[in-house]
Amino acid sequence: MSEERKIRVLVAKPGLDGHDRGAKVIARAFRDAGFEVIYTGLRQTPEMIVSAAIQEDVDAIGLSCLSGAHMYLFPRIVELLRERGADDVVVFGGGTIPDEDIATLKEAGIAEIFTPGTSTSVAIDYVRTHVRQRA
Amino acid sequence: MTDDREEIKRIEEAARAWETEVLDPALERSPERARDFRTVSGHSIRRLYTPADLADFDYTRDLGFPGLSPFTRGVYPTMYRGRLWTMRMFAGHGAPEETNRRFRYLLAQGQTGLSVAFDLPTLMGYDSDHPMSRGEVGKCGVAVDSLADMEILFDGIPLQDVTTSMTINSPAAVLWAMYLAVCEKQGVPYDRIGGTLQNDILKEFIAQKEYVFPLEPSMRLVVDTILFGARHLPRWHAVSISGYHIREAGSTAIQELAFTVADGMAYVEATMKAGLDVDAFGPRLSFFFNVHNDFFEEIAKFRAARRVWGKLMRERYGAKDPRSWLLRTHAQTAGCALTAQQPYNNVVRVAIQALAAILGGVQSLHTNALDETLALPTQEAATIALRTQQIIAHETGVTHTIDPVGGSYFVESLTREVEEEVWSYLHKIDDLGGMVRAVEQGFPQKEIVDASYRYQQTVEAGEEVVVGVNRFVAGVAEPVSLLRIDPEQIAEQQVERIHRLKGRRDNGGVQKALDGLRRAAEGEDPWGQDLLMPRILEAVRAYATLGEIMGVFREAWGEYVEPAIL
Repeated sequence: MSEERKIRVLVAKPGLDGHDRGAKVIARAFRDAGFEVIYTGLRQTPEMIVSAAIQEDVDAIGLSCLSGAHMYLFPRIVELLRERGADDVVVFGGGTIPDEDIATLKEAGIAEIFTPGTSTSVAIDYVRTHVRQRA
Repeated sequence: MTDDREEIKRIEEAARAWETEVLDPALERSPERARDFRTVSGHSIRRLYTPADLADFDYTRDLGFPGLSPFTRGVYPTMYRGRLWTMRMFAGHGAPEETNRRFRYLLAQGQTGLSVAFDLPTLMGYDSDHPMSRGEVGKCGVAVDSLADMEILFDGIPLQDVTTSMTINSPAAVLWAMYLAVCEKQGVPYDRIGGTLQNDILKEFIAQKEYVFPLEPSMRLVVDTILFGARHLPRWHAVSISGYHIREAGSTAIQELAFTVADGMAYVEATMKAGLDVDAFGPRLSFFFNVHNDFFEEIAKFRAARRVWGKLMRERYGAKDPRSWLLRTHAQTAGCALTAQQPYNNVVRVAIQALAAILGGVQSLHTNALDETLALPTQEAATIALRTQQIIAHETGVTHTIDPVGGSYFVESLTREVEEEVWSYLHKIDDLGGMVRAVEQGFPQKEIVDASYRYQQTVEAGEEVVVGVNRFVAGVAEPVSLLRIDPEQIAEQQVERIHRLKGRRDNGGVQKALDGLRRAAEGEDPWGQDLLMPRILEAVRAYATLGEIMGVFREAWGEYVEPAIL
């Protein structure tokens, strides 16, 4: 079999939240697991994140938000991806997200939400499986 | 001293005999649970501590007495026998009216000081109607756009009787000016106003990332507030030098302490450079540390912190006023140590962390609520957290004597080891040219990212046990009801309020005040000469909004963009 293309993941911090510990741990863990990781840095608007995702031709976007603004920011990103015909990108997220928000976020098109305490390997396995299924 | 040495020799001989006759056979029968026991920060802990570990220990030099150098036993002569610590619960959400109600409730519950949490747009210096504020208004704290909001926030609260702590950094000077303007309206003279601004911008670049301007002008704003406070507000703490966020970002206990002290040194040096005598502001510097899970490491951290700061202020900066030597600190239990799984366990974690803070001798404490990994606390959860402090204060008896852990072979050894490791970090930072340069080079940032990743790996390998997460995982989730905030409705209300304000204020006066501020901000070498604070106050009194004032600075100074360090 020929050399497989590395899965490309954009790790992004939408909104004003500066808590980047989780995003950085996730970015490193994906990189160590053999993914191609692009980290956006802080204070990205949904528009900036979607542009970066399209420009970098990523397979998945990992969103981290601890400020409580996920209910606006996460669905907005999925909406913009759809508008730009990139709705095959797997969008997952984590942060300070109450259980009762998860169903709404999934309905809005976020593939999976990883709550605090999730092992990085769970997120890695998830993305690996779902990006492959997609291909 | 000869007697001491002989005594140590006798103890060492007895220890060797114990090892061969008692310990080794026991280990042979059943080995210990681990090869190596380490603190949560990775610091190695020995099996047993004896006087031999403190062979050159000198009581008066290393411990001394409460209120006296080196302050290991505490900063005040009577500690909690005289006055309990301030129970200061961080609160704020939604519109100013809601937080005002929470403040009045907390004061009625016996809380002794206020602590304001602002929402992210406020923390970043944006008004509620700015596009970047979308989805964030009133979410993680209260929304404050202008003096009009600050008036509502403190409505009916007598500001000469309470002290207020404000967790605000980049726009600290502006929010402080709004608070002072409310005091003016209440008729409280400046010398009666007590409280604390967090205003520690260096740790924003290092850890919490709520910076706005580049390093240089950011430091100028901090120094400006220190100078203004020294001239006009003798009871105000203009900076709270904070390790809390450094720890939350994933540092070790030693990094937390070392980087915090290094930040403090940078403020002292910058303020002295601006021409102020160290004793004119040294007594008003305060600190804010995290209290994590590792009980004795945390106690040792507070004790070592007092020793290090006292020595620096005395020896390096030549402070002569003994009050300048004191490291007075607020503490907050570690948010990052709480778990979303089995959230009621968090009550227990918080109680143990709070106890460590008290045994460490802190002056003020916030205890986290059990639901804080999921949302802002409900009133019920916040009340349990406050009750936790009251139980420690009134039921456990740990306050009856000063520094009850003092003299423990283990605690004294650990205090000394923490202190030594902190000094070695401080020397490294000196070699890099001081903390501002070290931050520019990304040194503390990189150290923290590495420590945080290492910790995550030990958790995932199961070496570090997190109850309910990687061990003792129950099958069912315990539901807790969470505080819900409707940001759309709050945002609409705040936006509407800004529009009404802009319609009724004297816009010519606002423009004049903002122009004056702009000229001062653009000035070439104004450190300590032409202070910004009086001009900010003028703009605030004219009801210029936070976003307008910060906008002047954004235009004058530009905005900082962080190089992404992974």
